[in-house]
Amino acid sequence: MKVKKSVGYTPDNQALFDLNVNYPIQTRYIMSNIQSLSSDAQRQDYLDQLESEAIYIMREVAGQFERPALLFSGGKDSITLVRLAQKAFAPGKIPFPLVHIDTGHNFPEATQYRDWMANEVGAKLIVRQVEDTIKAKGLKEPTGKNASRNWLQTFTLLDTIEEFEFDACIGGARRDEEKARAKERIFSFRDEFGQWDPKRQRPELWNLFNGKISKGENVRCFPISNWTELDVWAYIEREKIPLPSIYFSHQREMILRDGNLLANADFIYKDDSDVIVNKTVRFRTVGDMTCTAAVESEASTIEQVVAEIKATRISERGETRIDDQQTEAAMEDRKKGGYF
Amino acid sequence: MSSAECRMKKTYSTFCTRHSTLNFDTMDILRFITAGSVDDGKSTLIGRLLYDTKSILADQLEAVEKASKTRGDGEIDLALLTDGLRSEREQGITIDVAYKYFQTPNRKFISIDAPGHIQYTRNMVTGASNADLAIILIDARQGVVEQTRRHSLITSMLGIPHIVVAVNKMDLVGYSEDTFLQIAQEYQKLADKLAIKDLKIIPVSALAGDNIVDKSEAMPWYTGETMLHFLENVDVQHDLNLNDARFSVQYVIRPQTEELHDYRGYAGRVQSGVFRKGDTITVFPSEQTSKIAKIEVYGQEVEEVSAPQSATILLETDVDISRGDLISGTGNSPVLSQDVEATICWMDDRKELKVGNKYTLQHGTTRVRCSVKGIEYRVDISNYEQLEDIESLKLNDVAKIVLRTAKPIAYDAYQTNRANGAAILIDETSNVTVGACMVEA
Repeated sequence: MKVKKSVGYTPDNQALFDLNVNYPIQTRYIMSNIQSLSSDAQRQDYLDQLESEAIYIMREVAGQFERPALLFSGGKDSITLVRLAQKAFAPGKIPFPLVHIDTGHNFPEATQYRDWMANEVGAKLIVRQVEDTIKAKGLKEPTGKNASRNWLQTFTLLDTIEEFEFDACIGGARRDEEKARAKERIFSFRDEFGQWDPKRQRPELWNLFNGKISKGENVRCFPISNWTELDVWAYIEREKIPLPSIYFSHQREMILRDGNLLANADFIYKDDSDVIVNKTVRFRTVGDMTCTAAVESEASTIEQVVAEIKATRISERGETRIDDQQTEAAMEDRKKGGYF
Repeated sequence: MSSAECRMKKTYSTFCTRHSTLNFDTMDILRFITAGSVDDGKSTLIGRLLYDTKSILADQLEAVEKASKTRGDGEIDLALLTDGLRSEREQGITIDVAYKYFQTPNRKFISIDAPGHIQYTRNMVTGASNADLAIILIDARQGVVEQTRRHSLITSMLGIPHIVVAVNKMDLVGYSEDTFLQIAQEYQKLADKLAIKDLKIIPVSALAGDNIVDKSEAMPWYTGETMLHFLENVDVQHDLNLNDARFSVQYVIRPQTEELHDYRGYAGRVQSGVFRKGDTITVFPSEQTSKIAKIEVYGQEVEEVSAPQSATILLETDVDISRGDLISGTGNSPVLSQDVEATICWMDDRKELKVGNKYTLQHGTTRVRCSVKGIEYRVDISNYEQLEDIESLKLNDVAKIVLRTAKPIAYDAYQTNRANGAAILIDETSNVTVGACMVEA
């Protein structure tokens, strides 16, 4: 093995790192160019940048996969995805179906909204019931206090992926939500069992997303990975996207349990320590009624909600997701098993 | 309670409303990576930035306090905020990149916490590839070490425009100016060999909070900016290449409805440069030319679009275009060739790259088969010298290689056009991304 001259010392060396010698000029001609741009192209604000990136990802999914689907729950994050998909393929229609895995424990307001929205954007809606999977597979359902079908959704989701041979599922997960999600790639590879292997994620370089897979495998794609909760709200406000009514202040019969307020419903197990109260609340996230806590709030417009989110001192999941309060690695374990 | 913890408590209790001063209309985004060796304090630095900008919420802080107590080391371990995987927490190391977000009134920050261990370098490259700025941490007690050299090489190779060297743990060397100057000088020597455009060296203590958000009282001899001040003010808008118009087609929009019967829009993202209505364009690789009839941004017509905006372009004439094609403005043309020279960072821990091997090359939105024609040299990480007569590349090797593609591709030099000069190699059997290529032209 012989040693060649050291990098960058000699001007005639055409090696890889010597470009810097006369490189800074780049920044200068770029500067002069920017000033000649007209106002609408001059500067994208930060929401434009996030939107542009998310739309790029949406189009990569549509371009790289044969049978993608968009996971749509009627929650604010997947509602944002639907808006982004509309914009990405305008004036055409969204070129993939919306899929909802219905636990049967959803807020009725969210499922109504789901149906309305799918119709509004002219997209095909596929709904699969966790109840059916439980019956067909003889799954054992968690019982007792704080029992949730959250984990069982995974079975139905994997069955649905198999049924329709989906090779990509677009999801509204954000990296700011939870520390295991903070680690996940934008194109997140799943093996034939739907599992995420956090220790062997594919390198993801620049904006070159690698969606190559073998049959039976699939990829979960997260276009709003880099958005925060506040970004989503700011975008909904800017785009004037209608939301399910539970995101705004309303009167509701609630179960007061361990300091959390849960919406009362017949299927929620209650015991003597639970107190039923009437409260003015809104929901900051929309999950299953069994594991989503409300916040007491008078905020009845999007502006008021955004103002409250700006001032809050508690994280979204910490405040509203009872399932994540249970162990430090709850999300990581669910994801390894195929959860979105 | 340790003194560092005391100070943290104080900062946190002065917490006021978190986002009340955000200027949504003028905010922009800065993506930065923290790199450096194991235990240089990368995760702690991010934790500190999050903490001092009041971006850690009460319940998250409580969880970290609880976990720190369980570990029994007395102090709040801010690294626990970013080490999101069970095995990371168990081993106390960072395995994969963690993304964290915080905001100050005029900027949204996407922080990318990269692993320090050599075997996870490919994850560091993943994080660095999209960064506008890199913070390279150096332990003031250790000075420049091998990982400093490796990460500096990678950041410069990736063309990250701004580098901040944080000489950390200054509290453990008595806040000594001499130590700082010595390390700064040593780093400057290293930087002279690399393509570093904008270099800043700051003495800090991430644990104690010196020169992170507030100026350190313990280092009156340092009169420069604090870390956050620099991050808030560094200009990234001008790092974009707005000179060479490139647009890679991701998807063809053809609604085929009655009212939009003849609509044919090429959806993609402006990789670099500016496109205006009426511009003459060339499509690669076919080299057909046409004119831009219309530019739409999500269904709305606009006069022009610039990088890095997503858009839809409609042409005046019928040209055969599909996903993978590149629309280029006239003026500087890309290179159209089947021969590609590139700097590569090899990322496969299972198989080596050997001359004659075949891969799929993904460049822009196109994928093409290629074979490795030769390895010109490998870079020795310790002194940046080029080693010749190399037969194969192992995990984390950096080298210059020559590829031959099955069909011509239209590329620019990475150093002047990051978007159209980047490519990845994909293993044809496992489908895994195995190489990061920076193309030369």
